[in-house]
Amino acid sequence: MKQRVEIVKRIMDSNDQLAQQNRKKLDDKKVFAINVMASPGAGKTTFILQTIAKLPENLRMGVIEGDTAPVTIDSDKIMAAGMPAVQINTGGDCHLDANMVGLAIDELDLEDIDLLLIENVGNLICPAGFALGHHANILIASTPEGDDKPYKYPNIYRGIDVLIINKIDLLPYTDFDMDYFRAGVEMLNPGLKTFAVSAKTGEGFEDWIAWIQEKVAEARS
Amino acid sequence: MHELAVTQSILEIVLKSAMENDAEEVTDINLTIGALSSIIDDSVQFYWDQISQGTIAQNARLHFNRVLATFRCRQCGTEYDLNEELTPCPTCNSINLDIISGEEFQIDNIEIKKKEADKNETTC
Repeated sequence: MKQRVEIVKRIMDSNDQLAQQNRKKLDDKKVFAINVMASPGAGKTTFILQTIAKLPENLRMGVIEGDTAPVTIDSDKIMAAGMPAVQINTGGDCHLDANMVGLAIDELDLEDIDLLLIENVGNLICPAGFALGHHANILIASTPEGDDKPYKYPNIYRGIDVLIINKIDLLPYTDFDMDYFRAGVEMLNPGLKTFAVSAKTGEGFEDWIAWIQEKVAEARS
Repeated sequence: MHELAVTQSILEIVLKSAMENDAEEVTDINLTIGALSSIIDDSVQFYWDQISQGTIAQNARLHFNRVLATFRCRQCGTEYDLNEELTPCPTCNSINLDIISGEEFQIDNIEIKKKEADKNETTC
């Protein structure tokens, strides 16, 4: 006898459930967590290092570094800057998932952290599909990548809470059309919070740091 | 290429539901996937054929109900589908839009063959 069984469930259900467990661990310790996504070379690690340099001293930060290969270049840089960092090697996988992040969270002492930055694998497609338990998604788009990225990768622009436009110091040397870029973003994610910065020079970081401080204060209260 | 992780998630949900419903075999799986979800159907079916081996769902066919991405203009109310390129409202050229479909990513239902009830079973 053949029979139809209704399910109606999100395909990523089991990942979503693990992400909820991660979120609870973070909420219990009042840690605000940000999932940092970008394409390779957009400046994720430099952006995080500049954020560390600009943060007030009383704001304690931890970093989870996702990489596809067993190299600790990024996490070494973070630790050299004086912040606790855990490296995740995805073994070639193109994204972090809630299970990997859960294991990394367990290695951090959440009591000593107010803010957790999770640096996802450099990729504009796959990371968008996996909830990690974070409170905010940010995307770093750098000007040399081109102004057409929202048009080519709409999915990742849909699910973000903050957009960082990085490498604005290189604008005079590129064909990046800011109006065209912003129109694409606006169609997909109306009113999106956006900060234009240079992670290299530190330009534009004041507003971003103020946003972090506001969110961390909310999470603590 | 996150299709493997997606396929594993589908298999997990399907097998759990099949067991709960005393299935002997899963024959069909119906999925609804919006155009804004980056998934390649053939790739999912390919992984499925590998990882479902040895389970009651190993011969199941995956059916992808593809949903177009549809925008509604907040200025003039025009609804239009996303065709390849992301474009402003075709009526009034506004970029103030809502996306009303295209983000679906779910398992709708499965079709199963039930185990035959044991006819020799006595009732006392």
